[in-house]
Amino acid sequence: MNAEIRPIRTPAEQALIAELGGLPAGTDRLADLRRAAARSFEENGLPHRRVEEWKYTDLRTLMREATPVAGTAAVAEADARARLLREVEARRIVVANGAVVPELSDLAGLEEGLTVTTLAAAIASGDEVLSRVGGILPGRYDAALALNTALARDGVVLTVAPGVTIERPIHVAHVFAGDAAAASYARSLVVVGAGAKLTYVESFEGPEAVAYQANAATEFVVGDEAHLDVVRLQEDGASAFHLATLLFDVGREAQVHAFTFGLGAGVARTSLYATLSGESSQVGFNGASLLKGRQHADSTLFVDHQVPGCESRELFKTVLDDSARGVFQGKIVVRQAAQKTDGRMMSRALVLGEDAEMDNKPELEIFADDVQCGHGATCGDIDEELLFYLRARGIPLKEAQSLLVQAFVGEAVETVEHEGLREALVERAEAWLKARG
Amino acid sequence: MAMLEIDNLHAKIDGEHGKEILKGLSLKVNPGEVHAIMGPNGSGKSTLSYILAGKEDYEVTDGSVTLDGEDLLEMEIDERAAKGVFLAFQYPVEVPGVATMTFLRSALNAQRKKRGEEEISTPDFLRLVKDKAGHLGISQDMLKRGVNVGFSGGEKKRAEILQMAILEPKLCILDETDSGLDIDALKIVSEGVNALRSPDRAMIVITHYQRLLNHIVPDFVHVMHKGRIVRSGGKELALELEANGYAEYQQDAA
Repeated sequence: MNAEIRPIRTPAEQALIAELGGLPAGTDRLADLRRAAARSFEENGLPHRRVEEWKYTDLRTLMREATPVAGTAAVAEADARARLLREVEARRIVVANGAVVPELSDLAGLEEGLTVTTLAAAIASGDEVLSRVGGILPGRYDAALALNTALARDGVVLTVAPGVTIERPIHVAHVFAGDAAAASYARSLVVVGAGAKLTYVESFEGPEAVAYQANAATEFVVGDEAHLDVVRLQEDGASAFHLATLLFDVGREAQVHAFTFGLGAGVARTSLYATLSGESSQVGFNGASLLKGRQHADSTLFVDHQVPGCESRELFKTVLDDSARGVFQGKIVVRQAAQKTDGRMMSRALVLGEDAEMDNKPELEIFADDVQCGHGATCGDIDEELLFYLRARGIPLKEAQSLLVQAFVGEAVETVEHEGLREALVERAEAWLKARG
Repeated sequence: MAMLEIDNLHAKIDGEHGKEILKGLSLKVNPGEVHAIMGPNGSGKSTLSYILAGKEDYEVTDGSVTLDGEDLLEMEIDERAAKGVFLAFQYPVEVPGVATMTFLRSALNAQRKKRGEEEISTPDFLRLVKDKAGHLGISQDMLKRGVNVGFSGGEKKRAEILQMAILEPKLCILDETDSGLDIDALKIVSEGVNALRSPDRAMIVITHYQRLLNHIVPDFVHVMHKGRIVRSGGKELALELEANGYAEYQQDAA
């Protein structure tokens, strides 16, 4: 007599659930993880605006259809399409349609203490590093991550041995190749040993006119006293759907800095989760989004201070032209044990377009009593006084606007420590402004 | 024909109930001349400078302004600058994130481009800035910072004069350039301005006090009150104002 209540599933959800039904059998830990992720998706589906964490990015409405999982990319096309950050001296690994392309990846002559393999190879060989995949939990249901966990077959698996400094950045260039709408899922794992140091770069790009979906998740396990810099450049095509999850587990006295730069995709959601599990660590999450047309970009951060004496800093800049929409959601949780926490976040938006919209939602949840936490959000258009000053010196309106937008974004970009990467990002911002005309 | 001809200029603050500030102001300025405009607070001196530079907060309701016979009021802000109008601001704004060097170079090249001239080469530009900055006591460190960011009041005024020296305008409008300057800074700034005096260049020096005019000696002095020029004379007029104050004009108006 128990009537089962089943929510109505959208065509996209139905297609995804059908896709999940085809998961390969297996008895290993990863297969269990996949099945659990598939089950949670079947139960919860795509989040909608009544789900607090997706209030401003109603995935159920935005993702009208689920595209089939992408097939293998043609190597030549992947090579031709992967243009971003080529000028930066780095060890380059190309991931096309969610799979590592060995022909385009520089996997030879690895520095001592650096190991790089692929998730597919690790699965095939039963590599013990797999025991760490799925080890960092977001602490809440995340549809993008659940789909990634269930459907990703490949990605980069990288470890840096304790105490080793890898000077040359690792650049994982994600690219979508093909003419038909399809979905790519890539899952990567980065383990930075105690006292080790690494700069890890991710870029995303693909054709402008293909409505592809790129779902990428990367877990970062950062050991005690380790240093990790992450730089992320998202320039997916204007019709693309970009779903990203970055998960960090941060050890004692470790330093993590991540910069996410979003210029592409029709709809983008980038979620960053940090679990501060070792005392006295420092985390800086900074980012910038440059949006135009009808682009929608959402940066959602969740920083969980579990232990005492950690510091977290967040600075996000959003520039909105035309009728673009930006979302910033930042949540800092300070557990009861996490005394002497110092957490701050700031979101600033510059609105150029008359129909643009910015939604800011900062949240603090504090259970300890001796902490310093703060948040702020601003939203405004270009300062007319500054504009007049520049124009009074002969700088034309558009150029004056560009200089001021660059200065606005620059404050966030300057937090990128690596000079070559920083310059490359500035150049991308300039290109965006130039295209604005 | 004078370089600058202001004829019966009426202007109000933009908006439906905007207050009228300029009420029939006329002034002619020839190349090589230095005109001082003095007057009590609220007489419309700064408004005049903003209207000449093209600030969009005002509406001209009557009269005309021409620069070398061309209608100045029809020109865009940056177009006026390219034609040679330069306003040294009373309160120069800080522009964080835009390096002073980038700003100077963008301004100079934009003006050159608009005049159909070649852009300046990097070595020539660096030499030019180094030379001009040295005379004004502006350090390399200041040039590397954002425009006016963290500058003292005096440093901001010196930076304005540096911009003027680099852009070489034909009409310089100095709005209360002496405000907030101590005597040493006043000297440096005045020397910088005097170095730019030339037969081809005109200057309008707006000031509340006679003090600046000891250093920058004007050819003509005008007294502005309630949006009009109420008296004009030679440099001795400034001394008279220093002795008697503006009370005479304020009583007249009452």
